[in-house]
Amino acid sequence: MAETDVKILGTRSSPFVMRSQIALKIKSVDYEFLEENLVKKSILLLQSNPVHKKVPVLIHGDKLICESLVIIQYIDETWSSGPSILPSDLYDRAVARFWANYIDQTWFPSLFALLFTKGEEAKGKAIKQLLAGMELFEDAFKKCSKGKAFFGGDSIGYIDITLGCFLAWIRVSEKFNGLAILDTEKTPYLVSWAEKFCADSTVKEVMPEVDKLAEFAIKLEAHMNASASN
Amino acid sequence: MGDLKLHGQTFSPFVYRVIWALKLKGLDYEYIEEDLSNKSDLLLKYNPVYKKVPVLTHRGKPIAESSVILEYIEETWPHNPLLPADPHEKAVARFWFKFGDDKGLTIFEFFIKVGEEQEKALQDSLEVLKILEEHGLGEKKFFGGETIGLADMAIGWVAYWMCMMEEIAGVKLLEEHKFPRLFKWTKNFKEFPIIKENLPDYDKTLAYLKSIREKYTK
Repeated sequence: MAETDVKILGTRSSPFVMRSQIALKIKSVDYEFLEENLVKKSILLLQSNPVHKKVPVLIHGDKLICESLVIIQYIDETWSSGPSILPSDLYDRAVARFWANYIDQTWFPSLFALLFTKGEEAKGKAIKQLLAGMELFEDAFKKCSKGKAFFGGDSIGYIDITLGCFLAWIRVSEKFNGLAILDTEKTPYLVSWAEKFCADSTVKEVMPEVDKLAEFAIKLEAHMNASASN
Repeated sequence: MGDLKLHGQTFSPFVYRVIWALKLKGLDYEYIEEDLSNKSDLLLKYNPVYKKVPVLTHRGKPIAESSVILEYIEETWPHNPLLPADPHEKAVARFWFKFGDDKGLTIFEFFIKVGEEQEKALQDSLEVLKILEEHGLGEKKFFGGETIGLADMAIGWVAYWMCMMEEIAGVKLLEEHKFPRLFKWTKNFKEFPIIKENLPDYDKTLAYLKSIREKYTK
């Protein structure tokens, strides 16, 4: 296939957008990053993702792909000569997809609730769910990594990307709430994995700085509260 | 036989997604009915995270979550494909599978609500149906194109379970004049060979759904 334009429509703070960038970097695919303003969405975004009007959107030539997990799989299948993102063993692929599904359906909502919900009860519930998830991931890591550095083995794979993209936001939550989500005693494997993930060449440039993200989180919360009361 | 076992519940549309995929691929499997009010040790062992059906085991290895099970079936037995071969078309199919999967609860919500809450739920359902009609189906016969695919299976419950729910709740949502394409799709889906032969008994499902509504709205 001839070299065609690859673009990502996204924001620098979105973990879901980060997933797409990491996947392209794994495949050594050059891309243009088109920064979106989610308060004032561009015509391009509204046309490219009319159903959800959300980022990320991957633009590959004249093709539009939406939904971060769908995008990762598209990237993996399209640039198949590069390192694989999904495991080659079909059962391991099912396990990877299961965890990606759990992360998005069950675990991420509790991270979001912890960051942006008010009230002790709601936060308490979110923390409980979040930490329960971390224990499951610790266990899953031991099984999936088979003694290697990442969920995907020697190199970053599907679960690594799907969970790892939240690491900066996890640090922000820890900072705001004075708790350890990645705990050296309870989740030592994850702590070690997180370090390696963030240091990886495919992740380093796209992982936001925690302090800047914390500032952004405060602004975002203020904006959300303002919208809610209008 | 013996290789594939499906843990399910008679009326569950999520379980039926897996049944449809297995049947469309011509795969033999053993079906194990689970009592969800008294879950078996085996189910809890196979799906400790969600404790739900469906669970498919292949040579003793369990897979949970219908979307994960369907992708596994598709990749393990690639004949009679349920996803397009082209990566972009496949991405579009996966997008609609996810949409159908994510929005299922939104469309269903009206059934377990009454009064003002039901009114709101009905409005939300109509919005989702509109998206399916205009963006999902478009000019296609099925969400998968000329033939049934995974995306059709995610939304398949709308073709059969939903009309019963409308009848029980005394509402009309999927009306032909409002959603002509989707309405036609429900007919095409229900009539598709294999799907037709693999739907739960109408009267029994109706009775079961009535009991669900009573449970949630008393």
